[in-house]
Amino acid sequence: MSATLEKPADTAAKRSTASLSHRLAERGIDARLWMLLPALVFIVALFIYPFAYGIGLTVQPLDRTVDAWGGGIFANYVQFFNDPFIFDSIWLTMRLALPAALFNVLVSIPLAFKLRGKFRGKRLMSTLLVLPITLGTVLTAQGLLIFAGRQGWLNRFLLDMNLIDQPLQLVNNYLGVMFSLIISGFPFAFLLVSSYLSGIDPSLEAAAKTLGANWRQRFIRVTLPLLAPGLATTFILTFVLAFSVFPSARLVGDPGGSTRVMALMAYRAFGEQQNYSMASTIAIVMGVVELLVIAIVLLGRSFLYKGSTGGKG
Amino acid sequence: MGITATKFGALELVNVGRSFGGQAALADLSLTIEAGEFIALLGPSGCGKSTALNCLAGLLPLTHGQVLIDGKRVDVLPAEKRDFGMVFQNYALFPHLSVHKNVAFGLQMRGVPRDEVNKRVTEALMLVKLDAHAKKLPGQLSGGQQQRVAIARAIVLEPRLVLMDEPLSNLDAKLRIEMRSEIRRLHQTLGLTTIYVTHDQEEALSLADRLVVLRDGHVQQIGTPQELHDSPANWHVADFMGYRNLLDVAVDVVNDTTATVSGGGMSLVGTRVGSVAPGESARVAIRPHDLIVGTSATGPNAISGTVIASEYQGREFALEVETDHGQRLHVTAETAPAAGSAVTVTVAPERVLVYPESLTGHGAALAPLPVGAGAS
Repeated sequence: MSATLEKPADTAAKRSTASLSHRLAERGIDARLWMLLPALVFIVALFIYPFAYGIGLTVQPLDRTVDAWGGGIFANYVQFFNDPFIFDSIWLTMRLALPAALFNVLVSIPLAFKLRGKFRGKRLMSTLLVLPITLGTVLTAQGLLIFAGRQGWLNRFLLDMNLIDQPLQLVNNYLGVMFSLIISGFPFAFLLVSSYLSGIDPSLEAAAKTLGANWRQRFIRVTLPLLAPGLATTFILTFVLAFSVFPSARLVGDPGGSTRVMALMAYRAFGEQQNYSMASTIAIVMGVVELLVIAIVLLGRSFLYKGSTGGKG
Repeated sequence: MGITATKFGALELVNVGRSFGGQAALADLSLTIEAGEFIALLGPSGCGKSTALNCLAGLLPLTHGQVLIDGKRVDVLPAEKRDFGMVFQNYALFPHLSVHKNVAFGLQMRGVPRDEVNKRVTEALMLVKLDAHAKKLPGQLSGGQQQRVAIARAIVLEPRLVLMDEPLSNLDAKLRIEMRSEIRRLHQTLGLTTIYVTHDQEEALSLADRLVVLRDGHVQQIGTPQELHDSPANWHVADFMGYRNLLDVAVDVVNDTTATVSGGGMSLVGTRVGSVAPGESARVAIRPHDLIVGTSATGPNAISGTVIASEYQGREFALEVETDHGQRLHVTAETAPAAGSAVTVTVAPERVLVYPESLTGHGAALAPLPVGAGAS
């Protein structure tokens, strides 16, 4: 075994192979790294390459785009930001995804609180709350149409009870998509918030109680600060889920108007206008917008206490 | 000293009980505590001592009985209105708040003006010698320091009563003894009324003015450390108080205060505690310290046997002696005879306590106590 380890890299060739592999292993380079290979191949083939390819596509606009909007190879971006029909989809998507994510997170908090204790029917209740996770978005949309459509059970019931004169317009508009986003997003938010909440030592609340804090003070001063980083993470996940809304926007929304979301616009550019490069542009901008929101939330989260939430600190 | 305990006359527990689904975790705890007293609730795990503490703190509602301070009921108040300070076994410090803010928490909840909060927090932290660490988060402190923060957080409110739930059980042996005298010092300087839960008899004996021994939710004995140490009310308390030799015997003769018993090839004269009758089986309790190792097998209560193991405990040895009839005895000695050597151990009749075998239900063995069973 060589005793001099100062310059391992360039003198390595002159040393014995045992010594080289040993020194590499000490730096974390050894045969076990090969185990990363499948994951690496997977990431390159299914994420990095298509992503780079997509970015490449965005700078290869169709001739008709260049003719109409100018801007050379950036014609797709010029059109995106200048064509209100496309550009407004950012706002339309945001208008759905932000309130849906906020609602899912905020409503999860009291429910998770309630379901923390022991009571009869707790299992049934949490099962009911989580069950929608097993429904696909298409099934949810179909169910919504049957239940809340103009001829749906709900409207027929309300009409028969003479509670309303006209059927309520609950689907094929903004509301319909919002319902669908809440049905499919809430179980995720609830499960995440519950697990974050169960990580907080209950003796902290007991301690706050003996120190004279009422339930509101206990929540605001003790539980919420410890829960907040988890809430931020939950918000990000449900937001991303809602932002890429596509099937429900088409099935229970108003795909030409108020629920003209970005995913739908990208699909149209590709499927109806055969404008592959424009579709990629929309997809890329969609990713950038999501990243922006995530960055803002993570920035806020970085100011929060994120350490252990056990009693021992 | 700025921090002083809020004074009251007496705290009364009247038949306090708590059941969980029909199962009594604590039953008929009656106790009068005077201001400034240090009471230890002692017992093995599952004996109901933590239940008692949580009931007092208001974290668990009572199912029976009342808690009164100067005749006013406090068991109907929610925990946040009781003005009791509590120190938790796992400290329960708020991990996201600095030491200063942890201690300030209770004062802020009471709407104390900011200047006074700062003044009192600084004072409390000086009292537990943590003023240099005020800005740190609890996670940056050692276990002993965290425990001191928890104590400061409880006493800064000048509570009527301080409740401590096995506060030292998470600390190492050396720190435990240090913190023990720290708690005793704080209790004495501030005149705090304290109820202290522990399973460690040594801790309870050294800290408390009075001890309450619990078993299966029932009080076994209430008394001063000396009373419990010298005259346990039943063999269970004796067992807990360090009478490591518990022998099952038969009663031969019963006199006024003494009883002659035999069992395991031995015949012993002992002091009768509780009612035993000739022919009944009984249980004898002897402390390892009361067994004296000698060589001559004369006099009463002389038992001959063989040393089978010795363990050095610093200053003295813990011996295990097997009698000629196979009964093992724990003996403390100043010198250690070699394993295998024959010895004779003797014990004074007044240090052989003869108890009825049954604990007569729960706590009923309290009746024929040789020493007054506390002030309740």
